[in-house]
Amino acid sequence: MKIEKPVIEVKNVWKSFKTVQAVRGISLNIEKGRFVALLGPNGAGKTTLVEMIEGIQKPDTGEIFIAGMRWKGNEDRIRRIIGISLQETRFIDKLRVAETLRLFASFFNLGMDRVDEVTEMVGLDDKRKSFVANLSGGQRQRLALGIALINNPSIMLLDEPTTGLDPNARREIWNILLNLKNKSGTSMILTTHYMEEAETLCDYIIIVDNGSILREGTLKQLLEAGEEGKSYRHLDDLFTGLTGRKIYG
Amino acid sequence: MVRRLVNNQLLQLANALSKEILREPGVLFWGILFPILMSIGLGIAFTKKTDVLRKVAVIMNPDHNPGDTLNNFSVKSFLETYCERIHDPSDKSDTWKYVLTNRKLGNSVFYFTPMDWDQAMIMLKRGTLNVIIKENDEMPEYYFDPQNPDAQLTYIKLSSVIGGDSRQTNENDINIKPLMIAGTRYIDFLIPGLITMGVMMSCMWGISYSLIEKRSKKLLRRLVATPMKKSNFLLALLTVRIMMNFAESLILLIFAVLAFKIRIQGDPTSLILVFLAGNLAFCGIAIFVSSHTSNTEVGNGLINAVTYPMMVLSGIFFSYHNFPGWSIKIIQALPLTILTDAVRSVFNEGAGFRETALSFMILISTGAFFFAAGLKIFKWH
Repeated sequence: MKIEKPVIEVKNVWKSFKTVQAVRGISLNIEKGRFVALLGPNGAGKTTLVEMIEGIQKPDTGEIFIAGMRWKGNEDRIRRIIGISLQETRFIDKLRVAETLRLFASFFNLGMDRVDEVTEMVGLDDKRKSFVANLSGGQRQRLALGIALINNPSIMLLDEPTTGLDPNARREIWNILLNLKNKSGTSMILTTHYMEEAETLCDYIIIVDNGSILREGTLKQLLEAGEEGKSYRHLDDLFTGLTGRKIYG
Repeated sequence: MVRRLVNNQLLQLANALSKEILREPGVLFWGILFPILMSIGLGIAFTKKTDVLRKVAVIMNPDHNPGDTLNNFSVKSFLETYCERIHDPSDKSDTWKYVLTNRKLGNSVFYFTPMDWDQAMIMLKRGTLNVIIKENDEMPEYYFDPQNPDAQLTYIKLSSVIGGDSRQTNENDINIKPLMIAGTRYIDFLIPGLITMGVMMSCMWGISYSLIEKRSKKLLRRLVATPMKKSNFLLALLTVRIMMNFAESLILLIFAVLAFKIRIQGDPTSLILVFLAGNLAFCGIAIFVSSHTSNTEVGNGLINAVTYPMMVLSGIFFSYHNFPGWSIKIIQALPLTILTDAVRSVFNEGAGFRETALSFMILISTGAFFFAAGLKIFKWH
């Protein structure tokens, strides 16, 4: 039987900023087609870890492989197969939705056909001609997701894609991602501090706190993995059991 | 082929960045309308012969009796004899008007308003007037700031009237031969300066501020997380800005030609080359200034620190030769001075490529130096 290599390999990665140790020796493997949640409170090191995987930041030590390639020397190839949604990115206010997607499509040598597909996929068909400045928070987030999807990526990295959105807007984003999960073999890492989001979207959850992995596994594995045979009803209980704190802390 | 061209990222970047500029209504005002308004305002103020109103405070001496002195001149009798009594609506006081006509220089209209010393000082401090005449036992005394050229002029004109020949209401202008030929007027001096200042401002705000803002909004970080070539982004940004500057300057130039009969006396190709070199110089400086910070307030300060000194020193509105001699060489080394002097020489002195080649080289080198230095420390994230 042929064992497929993980699409993302993170090996003992450390990263610090001045006096803050943001990531402390994290290792993880993401297999093809898997949706993985990096769950943790604010300041846990999720964004730093994801930005290192995205190639935006360099680890102090440790190695990262994307589809078997190191960032160094393979930047252009890796960028062509990943889709990214950063935390709190703002696009050009004076561009229309379709123009913004068109701009990002051009970076991948793609044209209007792909823009049309993506606007439909993220439900912005009726907003194609709207200026970015006039979009609601949920619509902007859907645009960011559309931009992440524009190159039909095999790996998606989404940093808190629903933070600050109301429940309806959040559910719209979830539906887009669930649809993607069912129809494509895309692998995804999603950072969140919403337990429900991790439970709904992801089939593998990594709980991070203080720059380290506290626990990882499927939802079932995590809930049943309490000490002395104890099981948890929700991820909130697990996080509180592990840290003594609430995740919103 | 066409499809590939349309999907070209450089083209799409230029398209997106130009739309970002053109869809901002402020651009129309600050980039196109404002320089035209400035040229109208300054052009009219300094080129048309209009009556110049000069307000003068008069402090009377009630004990003064002209008959008692050798020089039996009295300000009061001058006002009552030769001036027209009017009511000045601006300060609600009784005022005497005296008009000194000059067909070639424009008339000087003097408003003499009697008041006490304290009131006169307040008005002087507010800039409402700049000369105070105080009547004393002999000749009237003139109080004004000798460093103020306008006050000096008021004094010179007044002293020939008060205590001189008060009945002569026409200035002797026979020997005055007004120079009205293109290239010698203030507007000829001003328009090239407005064009070059526009280039500096447009590059510094349009490139520096735009980059800092994009960095603060994390848009730069998002763009470089794609296969976009960084060089394409910068190239598009600079190209769009230079094209905008070209369009804005052309509109101002056309306006100046139509409204003020401005003429380019030198070689237009040299003008275009120097203009391009100036654009490149300021594009380089703009990239350098915006290379690191993501804080728009710091960016504001940095941009002002670059633009303000040059705006004041580089001879945009008045000649920099008014500054102390030791500073002239320093001022002449500023990029805006180099650009303005070169552009002005083409406009007004008939300069060509030979005369502007050195400026061209310095400006290109300045741009290349700052561009390279800026890129070396440029922070995309």
